[in-house]
Parts: sequence; C-alpha cells; structure tokens
Amino acid sequence: MKELISLFTSAIVFGSVILFGATGEILTEKSGNLNLGVPGIMYLGGIAGLVSAFFYEASAAHPVPFVAVLISLLCAFAAAALGGLIFSFLTISLRANQNVTGLTLTIFGSGVANFFGGSLNKLAGGVGQISVSVASSGYRAVTPLSKMGPVGELLFSYGFLAYLAVIVAIAVQLFLNRSRAGLNLRAVGENPGTADAAGIDVTKNKYLATCIGAGISGLGGLYYVMDYTKGTWANDGTIEGLGWLAVALVIFATWRSVNAIWGAYLFGLLFWVYLYIPGLARSTIELFKMLPYLVTIAVLIIVSLRNRKENQPPASLGLAYFREER
Amino acid sequence: MSTNSHEHSEPLFRISKRTGISAPKAWIIRGIALLMALVVSGLVIFAIVKLNPTKVYIAMFEGAFGTPKRSWVTIRDTMMMLCIAIGLAPAFKMRFWNIGAEGQILMGGIATAACMIYGGKAALPTPLLFALMLVTSVAAGAVWGMIPGVFKARWNTNETLFTLMMNYVAIQLTSFCVSKWENPYGSNSVGIINQLTQKGWFPAIFGQPYTLNVIIVMALTVAMFIYLKYSKHGYEIAVVGDSENTARYAGISVRKVYVRTMALSGAICGIAGFLAVSGASHTISTSTAGGRGFTAIIVAWLAKFNTFVMILISFLLIFLEKGAIEIASRYNLNDYASQIITGIILFFILGSEFFINYKVNFRRRHN
Amino acid sequence: METVAAVQMKNVTKRFGTVIANNQVNLELDRGEILSLLGENGSGKTTLMNMLAGIYYPDGGEIFVNGKEVSIRSPKDAYELGIGMIHQHFKLVDVFTAAENIVLGLKEAGRLDRKVIAARVREISSRYGFDIDPNQKVYDMTVSQKQTVEIVKVLYRGADILILDEPTAVLTPQETDKLFAVMRNMRDDGKALVIITHKLHEVMDVSDRVAVLRKGEYIGDVETRDTNPQKLTDMMVGHSVTLNIARPKMEKLTERIEVQHLTVKDPEGVNRLTDVSFTAYGGEILGVAGISGSGQKQLLEAIAGLQTPEAGSHILYKDSDGREHELIGRNPLDISRMGVALSFVPEDRLGMGLVGNMDLTDNMLLRSYLNGRGAFADRKAPKKLAEQVVKELEVVTPGVTTPVRKLSGGNVQKVLVGREIAMNPSVLMSAYAVRGLDINTSYTIYNLMTEQKMRGVAVIYVGEDLDVLLELCDRILVLCGGQVSGLVDGRTATKDGIGLMMTQLHGKEGKQ
Repeated sequence: MKELISLFTSAIVFGSVILFGATGEILTEKSGNLNLGVPGIMYLGGIAGLVSAFFYEASAAHPVPFVAVLISLLCAFAAAALGGLIFSFLTISLRANQNVTGLTLTIFGSGVANFFGGSLNKLAGGVGQISVSVASSGYRAVTPLSKMGPVGELLFSYGFLAYLAVIVAIAVQLFLNRSRAGLNLRAVGENPGTADAAGIDVTKNKYLATCIGAGISGLGGLYYVMDYTKGTWANDGTIEGLGWLAVALVIFATWRSVNAIWGAYLFGLLFWVYLYIPGLARSTIELFKMLPYLVTIAVLIIVSLRNRKENQPPASLGLAYFREER
Repeated sequence: MSTNSHEHSEPLFRISKRTGISAPKAWIIRGIALLMALVVSGLVIFAIVKLNPTKVYIAMFEGAFGTPKRSWVTIRDTMMMLCIAIGLAPAFKMRFWNIGAEGQILMGGIATAACMIYGGKAALPTPLLFALMLVTSVAAGAVWGMIPGVFKARWNTNETLFTLMMNYVAIQLTSFCVSKWENPYGSNSVGIINQLTQKGWFPAIFGQPYTLNVIIVMALTVAMFIYLKYSKHGYEIAVVGDSENTARYAGISVRKVYVRTMALSGAICGIAGFLAVSGASHTISTSTAGGRGFTAIIVAWLAKFNTFVMILISFLLIFLEKGAIEIASRYNLNDYASQIITGIILFFILGSEFFINYKVNFRRRHN
Repeated sequence: METVAAVQMKNVTKRFGTVIANNQVNLELDRGEILSLLGENGSGKTTLMNMLAGIYYPDGGEIFVNGKEVSIRSPKDAYELGIGMIHQHFKLVDVFTAAENIVLGLKEAGRLDRKVIAARVREISSRYGFDIDPNQKVYDMTVSQKQTVEIVKVLYRGADILILDEPTAVLTPQETDKLFAVMRNMRDDGKALVIITHKLHEVMDVSDRVAVLRKGEYIGDVETRDTNPQKLTDMMVGHSVTLNIARPKMEKLTERIEVQHLTVKDPEGVNRLTDVSFTAYGGEILGVAGISGSGQKQLLEAIAGLQTPEAGSHILYKDSDGREHELIGRNPLDISRMGVALSFVPEDRLGMGLVGNMDLTDNMLLRSYLNGRGAFADRKAPKKLAEQVVKELEVVTPGVTTPVRKLSGGNVQKVLVGREIAMNPSVLMSAYAVRGLDINTSYTIYNLMTEQKMRGVAVIYVGEDLDVLLELCDRILVLCGGQVSGLVDGRTATKDGIGLMMTQLHGKEGKQ
C-alpha cells in the first residue's frame, strides 16, 4: 500500500513536469505552429526561474519564500515566452521552416540554460551545486491536509505548481472549446485561409498562442528545477528528455489538454513502475522506460489508421500561412 | 459604414515573392546574416566575459586548429556531422521530415558495438569483422528509417512525430545494451571496447587514426551528390518531393519511393553510427549521437540538399563548437557557450532565407 | 419594389495583366428579385461578383449600394454592407460543427454559448426553409449541406444581398429544387439575390431577370418571362466568329481508342462519368465540349491510367496490327511499357504535367527518365530535346536550365506540349491546351494538333471555346453532367446546337 502510494505520488510529480510542457505545446499547435523547441523552452523557463531566485536570495537579507516564488515564476514564464517569440518571429513573420527553427530553439535553450546553470554552480562555491532553498521551499510548501493518511499523501502532498498544471490544462481546454477566441484560434490552426476570410487576424493569433504556449511549457522547466530537483541544477540533459516526452504527450492526448492530465500521470507511472516490480535486471528497466514512447507511437499509428477527424493533428500544423498577393 | 476608413489602406510595406535571385546575391545575404550573427554572439560573449570579441574569435580558432591533434578532432567531428546530413538529404529532398537521425545513428552504433564485442570474443578475422560491422550498421539504420517510411507511405502517418519518437526508443535500446555489455561491472558504461586488441577499430592510415573516416564520408558526399543529381532514383525523389500528382502522372510509385528513400536515409545514418563507434569513440552510450542527429537536420536544410555545401556548414558548426570549448576552458566557463553561439548563428541564417525568397516593398510616399 | 437599387455597378472594369476580365460592365440589382448572371466559362461572371464581395478591387468604374457610392476592399467591408457571397469552393473548417462555422470570426459579446447560437441558426433555417443541424460536423455533411451552412453563415451575419456562384454545379436535382425553394423564400423576404450559372433551364426556373456577359462584355438584360432558352443561348454565345484555323481532312481513319460504358466515381462516391462510350480515330481531332466539371478531367485521366473506373468499363487501345489492349487497370508506366505511346497534356500544367522547380531539361526527362540501362538517367537526349523545343516552338526562356515555374503561362504550355509531341504519340490528349494563352501561342498549339492529326495520331482535344472547337475538330463529343449528350460532325455542327447539348441531355433538361 505504502509503496503503491509512493509510486503514484512520484508518477504525479513526474507527470506534472511534462503536463505543463504538453499543455503549452497543445495551445501552440492548435494555432498550426509545430514548435519542436519545447525542450529548449522548458530549459529557458527552468534556468530563468533558478537564476532569478538565486539573485533574489543572494541580494535580500531575509528572503521571503512568497516573493522568491513570485519573482521566479514571472521570470520563468517571461523567458520561455521570449523563446516562443523568437520562434514566432522566425516562422510567422520571416516564414522560416518550423521544424528547423524549433530544433534550433532547442539547441539554443539548452545552451543558455546549461551555460548559466553550470556557471552558477561554480559561482555558488565552485564545488557544490547552487541551491535556492527559500524559493524551493515556497514551491514545495504543502498544506496540513497532506498529513491526513494515505489519501492526504496521495492528493495533497505536492507543491502548488502540480495543481496549477491541472488547472492550466483544464483552462486551456475550456478556452479552446468554450470561448469565441478559442474557436477562432482553432480555425487558424485548421484552415488559416478560411479563418482569414472570416476576418480573423491569423498572424496575431499565431503569435499569441505560440508565446503564451511557450510560457506555459516553460513552467514545466520551473517545476522540474524548483520541486523535482529541489532548487538545484545539474547539466545532465534530463530536461531535454522530458521536453521530448512532452511533445509525445501532445500526440498521446490527441491534442486535448484534459487528456494530457491523465496521460501525463500514466507516463509517470510507466516511467517509474520498474522501481516497484521486484527482481528486475537493470537492463530490463531500460526497456521499461521505452514504454511511454512505444505507447505514443501506437497512438500515432492508431490515429492515422482510424482516420477520425477529431483525433487528427490540426490540419495546417507545420505549414506557414501567407495570403498570396491578390 | 466602412467607405472612408479604407481609403488609405495601403500597408506600410508589402511582401512579395521574388521570382528569382542570382546565386551571388543570395550568398551575399547569407554572408551578411553570418556577420551579424558573429557580431551578436561577440556581444553576448563580451557581456559574459568582458573580453575583446576579436581575441575571443582568435582563441576559438586556436581551439579548433591550435594543434595537429585538435585539427584532426575538428575534422573527425565535421565528418561525423556531414555523414548524418548526407543521410538526411534524400529524405528532405522528398519532403519527408526525418527527425529520427538520432535514433538511426544509435541503431547503427549498437550494431557496430555488438559486432566489435562478440566478433572480438570470437576472434573473427579483421576484414570479415569490418564487413560485418558495415552490413549490420547499415541494416539497423535502414530498418529504423524504413518503419516510419512504411507507415507514411501506407497510412500517411505523421513522419515528423513518428521519427521523433523512434529516437527515444533507440535511446532506451542503447541503455539496455549498455547495461548488458557494461564493463567493468557496475560502471554503467561499456568502456572502451577491445582496448587491448583494438579489434574492430579503424586502422590508422598515413599515421592518422581518422583518415578512414575522411575517406568514407568524402566518398559518401560525392556518391550522394551524384545519386541525387544524376540517378533515376534521385530524379524520382525530386519529382515526389515537388508534387505527388506529377509523380503519378509520370508513372512513379510514390509509396515505393518513400520506403526506399527512407531505408537509404536510415542506412547512411547507420553508417554514421558505425563511424562514431568504430572510427571515433570505440564505445557506445546514449550520448553517442549526442544531438548531432538534430543539428544535422539544420545542416541538410540550410544546404538545400547540396552535399558539398553541407561540408561548409558542418565545418562552421564544428568549428564553433571546438572554439567555444576552448574559450570555456580558458576563461573557466562551461562549453555550453558553443550551443548558445550555434543557436544565434542558426537563427540569423534561418531568418536570412526570408530575404532571399521575398522582397519587401516599402510604401512609396506619394502614390 | 423600392426605387433605389440594392446594387448598381457602373462602367466597372477589371484587368489581370493584359487580359481584360470585365470591360465597362453595368449591372443593377433590386431588392426582392433573383437575378441570373449568365455567361460561358471565362466570360467574367465570377470576377464581376468578386468585386462586390471584396475579393477583387475594380480598376475602374463605380459601385453603389443602396444608392450610396462605396469602396469594397475586403470581404469584411462587403459583410458590413450586407453583401454575402457563396463561393464555389466552400470556406469551412471541416472539424467544426455547422454552428461553429457560422459564428467563426464574429465579434459578438459573451462566451460561446452553443445553445443560443443553435437557436438562432434554427430560427433562420425555419424562416427560409433550410434543413440544417447546427451540431453536425462539416466533414459529415454532403456538399448540399455544406452549401446550406455557407448560406446560413451569410444570413447570420445579416446579409441582404446574396451572391451564389454556380451553386447547382455540385447538387443533385432534388437538392437543386430545395435550394431554389429557399431562394424564392429569401426573395419574398425582400432580399436581393444573384445566381451565377450557365445552365439555361435553371435560369428559366428560378430567376426574375437575366443579365448576360460574354467575354467580359455586358451584353444586356431581359425579364425571364420575356425570353426563352434559344434567345438566351444566342446572347450567351454570340454569333460565330471565323478564326481561320486550317482543317485538312484525312481520308484514311483508323480506330485507335474505343471507350465502352466508362463509369468513374470520385472519392466521395459521386458519379463523375456515367456510361460513356465513343471511339477515337487516328487521323482526326475529336473535340470534347462541355461545361467545366462535366467529367472531362476524369475522361482523360481514365484513358491515361490515372483513374480507377468502375467494373464494366472498358478502354481498348487498337494497335497498328489491329490487336486490342485493355488500358483499364494499368498505370501510366504499364501503358507505356505495353508500347502504347500515349501523350497527355493535363489541365494542371505545373501541378501534374511538369515539375515547377525543375529546369526544362529535367522536365523533358519526366516521361523518359527510365530509358536507357543502368542506374543513371541520361540527360543528353532530354537536353537536346529541350533545346529543340525551345527553338521550334519559340519558347521565351533564358535557357534550358531555367526552372519552368519562372516561365510565363504560354511558354510553360509550349514546353509541356513540345515534350508530349516529341514522344511520337499514337494518341494525343489535351485538356484546355490554350487556356490563358495569347492568340499567337494558341494558333501554334492548334497547328501542332493538326500536324499530329495528319501524322495519323488520334487527337482528343478538350476545349471550352466553342468557336475553336467548331473550326479545329473533325468531330465533337459533347458531355453534360458526366454523360454523352451528343456526338456531332465539326464541319456541320452549329454553335447553338452544341450550346444546347452542353446544358441539356438528349434534348431533355440535363439535370445530371
């Protein structure tokens, strides 16, 4: 029982990282932009949160967790959104290829993050890793409810970002399906020509969706840094792997952020389940870690086989739109 | 009513597609972009290390070519990058987004490492061992490329996402193999394979360990250039990439071309894995591909499928990487600086393509 | 009827490059009437209406809406003036419901309340007699339902001037009747309607007044009750123009292609060709006339091996020894491997016949790249051929290494026709071979066709200009709604006769 609960809690923690990434990418892709820069954007979000918290904690005599959280949250969102802005400018205004631009953004983001992360580690004393304990404690603060037995542990033992991830995913789903702006945005991703003819500003919609989506994805990096690794940094490339898993989750969820919630937790389960199966060889464990990707491939194939319109990627995904000169 | 509000609606500038641009002019635009990128990167470096950027670039040059050994490592890594880009070229020319080079390289690497380990134990004769390594790495890469190709051809499954996922399956397969082959036990790494016997290592030619890498990749460069430009297959790839309708009109089987080309693309990436394991690191790990499968996509794309242009771009990127590593070690930074600079330069070059393909017409004052 | 016209167009002119699409056109539309805008393909009907819908902006002339001069620069402007156009190609998002498509892009306050929207859609529907389910997804809809969504979309936005561009082209007779019924309801509600069409029986059926365009010129307008199909045909096609195209006669004709009971369905399962049978002879030009979309494309593609006809269809090729070969079930490569030299100049020149990004030499290679042994494509012969085509057909190009997409339309066509003729065909098919070309280039193409005919080739010429068909072709096959409505001698047929056959099947009204 205890083991089972700890499996579920670690799955939820793991899932929350990629849930942010996937939710942001869903918003982006619904506008027709396939941003393969998600890993880079999550890196940007993570490092911006860490660096801003670090400097706040270093400069303030008595750092307050709430302020540290607020500053790092805003910085993470802004830095990630800036990554989205670079992508938007290149692909929307300058019509560069989306795949190539996204991959470049991943290289760039990972470079920036690991450069500053590594440098900060040195700055913080040379040997150890930096630690932003105040901010991290703010992110990991839990309510007394978490002490209420197994149920409390299962439902209430996470930092606030884990709940925010769920709220944002639901909010994005509601926005896309229940609001006029969301309807217009989806039309842009499905058929920009039709949207344009209906008087929708295609460029504005794409920019906004991509930048805000990137900001949301960036929170995944922040959650990873502040909660998952408790306010430390390691140049180990984990965020990149998680970023690609977030892209996989978008497909798995068939572009619905509410599906992404349970999908994220399922990915978390698949990722950790080997810890709870006794007697596994280390090599077998590696095969287990393949599961999320294999499941995603299966979903991708099934979706294309069944060819149901609702489950397809947005029809203009990856394509640039420009109204040819009339 | 809207009658008057639209009287002066001509926008500030209008964008129109260029009908054509001369090659020199296009290269001038790219050159300007590169120059601007270097200036911006220089500013970034200056902001960080407060160092004269020209000195920085000199240091970078020394990092890449300071010693003969460094030069050879630079060449070796350029060849590796080039090899992957060559593998991607036919797929991209067909407008097939093969994002899966990373996985195809690893599969080739696994096959090579397996041959080295088991072939070394079985004391296979060297020529046979090399033949086996080549064949298995080609086959492994080809299969890894063909799987998404088949699904694209048959059910139009999105190849970008499919190949992307295949990378991670390959990474986990590599982890699996690493833990199977781990040496010494508990190190979680394969270590240098056949360190004493050097079985399955590329032999030194003219006293240089990487001569064979250069020969293989240069041969591939020329062969792929000829294949794409002069062969019947290359012609089919170009037609399918331009318009599937025209391909059908000409009697080309689009499905067959998809599968065949992806097998070829994967096979060459498999050879890149062979080079990485047998010709460079003599070991296998999840970082054997090391993101180069992604970077090479950008190389292939920017070179517009011309394999000789790829030499230049690969070289530029590797030069930056080596140079940045040098700066990092000299000024006590870390070598991720190279990724930042690479990113900035690629952003600029990507952006510059716009000015090659489009003309911006500003509104004339009195019209 | 009100005194002020809903729309008034005065001396409206529109040019595309050197081509004049509309020349000084005058048109008036009143409330409470249905106006038919009648004319052949390319007569400028759609262009004229696109200027009302804000798609194009006129080069000259004035437009008045409700008596006030206006300038309509975008579809949004048109909406604000109450003008809504239903285009032939629907602008709908497939994965959205009818209601979602209808409110797309509207700046209405409040959240997206599907119930309220559905109620409004139902209210509009019941008012005019539309049959529409607001919650149905567009991809589940028939063409007719999609059209209904487009019309309701326009009404939802408050349009009271509606333009329908060939709305019946895609409808069954029953669906057409339903559409006409709602059109009449809208008219009785005081709305002004324009229907663009070239089907005479529909004009007579639904409209109050008819305005006729011919080759961009405004011919005139008549009250429907004062006219008849024959008079309208005269107005539409005009008097025959003499073009002086040479038409030598071959004495010896040989059977080449025999088409039997050919039926072709499109991916949606709709019949595009129904039970078509005819024979094409070597030594003659067989013209194919018909309103665009009557199955011409499917006919040529079926012969070329690019369609999958229904069971029971046969396309037999008769070689010079009199042996018959079935072409159905074979792709273009199989057909050429059988030794059948079949040339095909498709309608979509750069999207099917040529590769836009390739140069002239490589485009010459398209049909012959498999020639020669070995893995490499021989480019020497194609290069020579390209140079020869450039010289003989006077293609204006910087050289044979220029990508064809950079050439002008006429030169692109010369390259394509030149290649196909160089194959030494026994059958030469062409679709709209002179569309968009200037007079001189057009004559070059006519002469090439005739030359091939005199070599004993079976030439099949799909055209849209009846004057040309009547002077170029030996026989003319007329298609109407995917069926053969007539096969006439080009030397004796009249323009009126063919015009009627194009719109009517076997003397009856051709309702597909």
